[in-house]
Amino acid sequence: MKSLRKKPVSRRSFLAGTGAVAAGVTLMPKLGFAAEEPKLNFYNWDTYIGETTLDDFKKATGIKVKMDLFADNDELFAKLKEGNPGYDLIVPTNDYAERMIRAGMLIPLDHSKIPNFANVDPVFQDASFDPGRKYTMPYMWGTIGIGYRKSKVDGVPDSWKYVFDDDRYAGRIALMSEATTVIGIALKYLGYSLNSTDPKQIAEAEALLKKAKKYAKVFAKDNGQDLLLSGEVDLAMEWNGDIIQVQEEDDDIGYVVPKEGALLWQDTLAIPKGAPHPNNAHAFINFILDAKVGAEIADFIQYATPNKAAKALMSDDYRNNPAIFPDDATLAKCESAVYLGEDYYRMINDAWTRIQAS
Amino acid sequence: MDSWRRSPLFFWIIGLPPVGWLAIFFLLPLSLIWLISFGEKQGIVDVALTWTLDNYARAMESIYLEILLKSIVMAVAITVICLVVAFPVALLISFAPRRVKPWLLLLIVLPFWTNLLIRTYALIAVLRVRGYINFSLEWLWTQANAALSFAGLGQYQLLGARFEPLELLYNNFAVAFGLVYVFLPFMVLPLYAALERLDRSMIEASLDLGAGQVRTFFSVVVPMAASGIVSGVIITFIPALGSFLQPELLGGTDSQLIANVIERQFKSANDWPFGAALSFILMYLTFFALALRSLLAKGKSAMEAA
Repeated sequence: MKSLRKKPVSRRSFLAGTGAVAAGVTLMPKLGFAAEEPKLNFYNWDTYIGETTLDDFKKATGIKVKMDLFADNDELFAKLKEGNPGYDLIVPTNDYAERMIRAGMLIPLDHSKIPNFANVDPVFQDASFDPGRKYTMPYMWGTIGIGYRKSKVDGVPDSWKYVFDDDRYAGRIALMSEATTVIGIALKYLGYSLNSTDPKQIAEAEALLKKAKKYAKVFAKDNGQDLLLSGEVDLAMEWNGDIIQVQEEDDDIGYVVPKEGALLWQDTLAIPKGAPHPNNAHAFINFILDAKVGAEIADFIQYATPNKAAKALMSDDYRNNPAIFPDDATLAKCESAVYLGEDYYRMINDAWTRIQAS
Repeated sequence: MDSWRRSPLFFWIIGLPPVGWLAIFFLLPLSLIWLISFGEKQGIVDVALTWTLDNYARAMESIYLEILLKSIVMAVAITVICLVVAFPVALLISFAPRRVKPWLLLLIVLPFWTNLLIRTYALIAVLRVRGYINFSLEWLWTQANAALSFAGLGQYQLLGARFEPLELLYNNFAVAFGLVYVFLPFMVLPLYAALERLDRSMIEASLDLGAGQVRTFFSVVVPMAASGIVSGVIITFIPALGSFLQPELLGGTDSQLIANVIERQFKSANDWPFGAALSFILMYLTFFALALRSLLAKGKSAMEAA
């Protein structure tokens, strides 16, 4: 997901593969020290932090941040599932944060150590997946919609119909490769809830996707924006920030939240159980939620910040970009993914295997 | 051969580290996965070892068997293509002048100096619509068109109104291409080793006694290189059967192989027991193939002895 800022050629997807290699080489968990050593192990998405944020934090506090990168939530989850290999701070998306909370993989946050929480927009000061923000702080949020090449598409492809249910752009479409996301959005297109667990509705979505597959060129391994940029496809289901980042290189690229609504997501900051430096992690969370620091990060990665004070410092271009901040009417049609239990994951992944095999 | 009997201490000092390595980093993790394959998922994180066979039963469902069959067909095809391409290459190297040989071998081994992932990404840059193959074709097209215009045939648009790039990436062809590219050295090296040992006088004898080049190749060279062919086939087929990177990065919407399904169980489905069962089925298949081979080899040598 969250892509690279400067050089979009699949550095993030490259990580997907190296992750497997790197999985063998993990950090050794440090045993608890009374006073923490000035270190912090941060596990983040690629290019999902400000250009100088880590250095600035070191200057401000003397704490050295070591950042490792993951390519998707599944990788993050798989790595922490068998015990924390030494990370202090992680960035799970809302439904995965919920899954980790239920699995007891996160430690409760001490709000007294995060006074900058007051900077956060009241809308984000609570969350359905984490009531009272006991375990997570909001980091960035956004939508999954359609990125498209303006000169190759008639008008604005403002419906999921164009990627799922229409042969007009056959062979020029990239779908995403995350089972829950794609099936959830297919459900949304069919008029159901993105979080439907009704096997009949999911079977309908499966049938739709088996058909959609014939029009699609590829299930993009998280690099839809690169495929769009290189002219490989003209329509791509993608994270908004990824598309905005390539728009800076090519203004022939557009982004739209389809009229049926889209997936609304929120990435969070959380401290995994077994973190060797929880105090430093709190300090870093507080640092990130600072208005100026938050604005620098948002300016660099072009995702929507939930930090009201930071947003106030941003340019009009950023604040008024509908691809970053959709209007209320659009947002009202969007839906967030909810953690629906392990049986749901099995059902969706089985459907996904069948879709891929058909 | 039995020099280790004379200095057992030396043998143990040399032998223990690799054996220990094998036990700790290969057998131990593998046994854990084997145990997990008889487990059941409990909640989000835990797996309980219940010695259930459900995971294996589930792996026998037709959808997984079909994917497995597709993977086997793909791996066989890759192996055959590699063999056909590699044999002439190996032959060429083994007959090359002594001074050139090391350089040719170096060329074969050179790709190993670069990470597999990077080589696969490089293939994307070569094969995609705006990639190097299509750039070259477009250049040729432009040149040919210019030549036609020069010859006064420009207005007929004999080569089409504009250049249509080839769709080389994101399909099963790209997956096969990527796999052949990666596994070719694994086939060339054992073939070369076998051909290098080959007694050249046999070839001369065959030619002298009136067999043609083709007949000599198939009746003399190939049988004598059999051991190399078998090793090459084995070390190509086994990893080809388990490869997941190429279908994932180069494949289209119907390029899923069994390894991709296994990866999905360990990651997004979070179902380690089922993933473990699928991996072990793959491994049993491999063992079975190896056992079959050694059985056949035994049968053959028994026949020859008789």
